[in-house]
Amino acid sequence: MSSAAQRKQFLRGIPFPFCAGCGGATVATVFLKAVDELGFKDLRSFVFCSGIGCASWIPSPHFKADSIHTTHGRSIPVATGVKLVRPDLNVVVFGGDGDVLGIGLSHLIHAARRNLDITVIMVNNMIYGMTGGQVAATTPLGTWTTTTPYGSYEPPLDAFRLLASAGASYVARWTTAHMAELTESLKTALTTKGFSFVEVVSQCPTAFGRRRGFKNVKEMLRWLKTQSIPIDDPEAASMPEQGETIAVGEFRRRTVIPTLTESIQQVTKRAGKQ
Amino acid sequence: MSKVLSPGTYFMQGNKALAEGAVAAGCRFFAGYPITPASEIAEHLAVRLPHVGGIMIQMEDEIASLASVIGASWAGTKSMTATSGPGFSLMQESIGYAFMTETPCVIVDVQRAGPSTGQATKGGQGDVMQARWGTHGDYASIVLSPNSVQEMYDLTIRAFNLAEEFRTPVILLSDEVTSHMREQITVPPADHVEIRTRTPPRVGEPYFGGTLVPPMPSVGEGFDVVVTGSTHNEVGLRFTADPTVHSALVTRLVGKIEVAAQSMMDCETFNLDGCDVGFISFGCTSRAVYEAVETLEEQGISAGFVRLRTIWPFPEKYVRELAEQARVVIVPEMNLKQIYYEVQRVVDGAARVVPVNQIGGGELVTPETLCHVAKEATDKL
Ligand SMILES: Cc1ncc(C[n+]2csc(CCOP(=O)(O)OP(=O)(O)O)c2C)c(N)n1
Ligand code: SF4
Repeated sequence: MSSAAQRKQFLRGIPFPFCAGCGGATVATVFLKAVDELGFKDLRSFVFCSGIGCASWIPSPHFKADSIHTTHGRSIPVATGVKLVRPDLNVVVFGGDGDVLGIGLSHLIHAARRNLDITVIMVNNMIYGMTGGQVAATTPLGTWTTTTPYGSYEPPLDAFRLLASAGASYVARWTTAHMAELTESLKTALTTKGFSFVEVVSQCPTAFGRRRGFKNVKEMLRWLKTQSIPIDDPEAASMPEQGETIAVGEFRRRTVIPTLTESIQQVTKRAGKQ
Repeated sequence: MSKVLSPGTYFMQGNKALAEGAVAAGCRFFAGYPITPASEIAEHLAVRLPHVGGIMIQMEDEIASLASVIGASWAGTKSMTATSGPGFSLMQESIGYAFMTETPCVIVDVQRAGPSTGQATKGGQGDVMQARWGTHGDYASIVLSPNSVQEMYDLTIRAFNLAEEFRTPVILLSDEVTSHMREQITVPPADHVEIRTRTPPRVGEPYFGGTLVPPMPSVGEGFDVVVTGSTHNEVGLRFTADPTVHSALVTRLVGKIEVAAQSMMDCETFNLDGCDVGFISFGCTSRAVYEAVETLEEQGISAGFVRLRTIWPFPEKYVRELAEQARVVIVPEMNLKQIYYEVQRVVDGAARVVPVNQIGGGELVTPETLCHVAKEATDKL
């Protein structure tokens, strides 16, 4: 489909609320491209859950689909309820790093541990965008934010490694400067059986870029690209401490483990015998 | 074990009866987090729900528990969670979300002595106001209060029916004593029990307005539902600046429960006509009132009572009726005057309102105390 046709098929036509040059718009476009390339004609088999934050606006109310805009950080447990009673639906979560990795972190880890068959797309702009630029769990060490006026003093958290070890079936990290890789990755995530997680390191020109001294969005995108190193590069190991390099790539679990739905079906069968 | 309990009499614990009531009401999703004195509900449903094709999941906390219940409800399944004070506090944000998004669900709070971890294994009735006002912003809540194992079963079914009828979260406010006591209950034949289910909207019919209680679609049915806890219009689209959209929405949401109050005001009353002394009580404490009233009658003091089976919306009519007859209205409760002030507001000087408050150690107000207070109060008349 052409991108105009995609827009017509998948969007309600309500304008996105993002600032000019926001990476959120890129993520929306790339996601719809991935869905289109997977052969979906509409979004009727999807349910989107998102929390509160700029990134949570990507699906709701813009996608022509069911969407549940939850409270801040609780999109994953809401998605859990939806998926468990309607395993036939494709349940996709969108959220910012504050939403998914900050306030909602325990839900993220537990969803991975349970191998809940959903896809979580985390737009990591390294800052709390919607609330005006406060420090996040992903902010590079030493960054000036409105709540760290002398530079942030905590190292950022590496979602990729965390989730790979928590039991996710598929984990990937790309940036908005890696559109082609990101598209493929989203396709893999959406077709992975089990818990899949895609982190998109993204630009927030308003609450992050401006303050870091980036002149424009182009410069931010160039920075995202040049900071990126392959996840299997030995240098990438230092990422969580440094926060300045962005380890990109993907992780696929080799052994197939049952999804939460499958495990529950087993339990139901066992219960029936008693 | 069979699907839904077959009709007959059973000897059962309160929490189990509640769980069986939920199964009978059509609950097929339960999410919870362990906490005394509510855990038996989750434990029993873990056994029972798989038999009826339902799901019970232990979540990572109470926030996730209610959030997943909300998700399951939007996916078209009657859903419930159960907790006690500390967990009930954690659920408050999502209770407001369920209210704002008109998500039917049942939340059980088995009260124990708080605040905080207080006396975790001991009964209390200190969550009456949290059940009414716990979330932020303007809202109204439906709160039911059982006082027997039979009512744990019956009122759970009623809670699900009200949740579906009014598209709102309903709170079943139990207490440690009622939840843990064992009594005989009668399970009626299924066709004697009214079970309400939701009606999906017709094509083009709005489901966030247009009528007092709009029909509810489910996700995955082609409605393209947009659910948001932010202020929204009839079709669910956000309006976060327009004052009229906000006031129309919240006024309707509160209004539907006020309208509902008339039909669901549910109290047990005894001997209201010509009584000298009146009791107003609820939950486990009300069990002492039965005996006190009998003893007082034997001693020539005419005593009546109103037992609140619905606590919120507050059954003002019954309280007023009692105050028109009795010169003294006694309000025993296992907290420090939470219902007392509400009674005082409604009685508005028509009778003297006397509080009896007992907290700590799970100790119940005794019939002796109530008789003593009643006699002292009537002596002064
Ligand atoms: C319980 C709660 N706490 C705080 C907030 C305020 N709040 C709204 S969005 C947000 C964080 C936004 O950051 P992020 O999730 O990273 O999304 P972004 O806007 O950067 O895309 C916060 C803290 C809230 N809505 N609810
Ligand atoms: S504040 Fe940042 S993240 Fe939010 S819309 Fe603007 S650019 Fe995007």
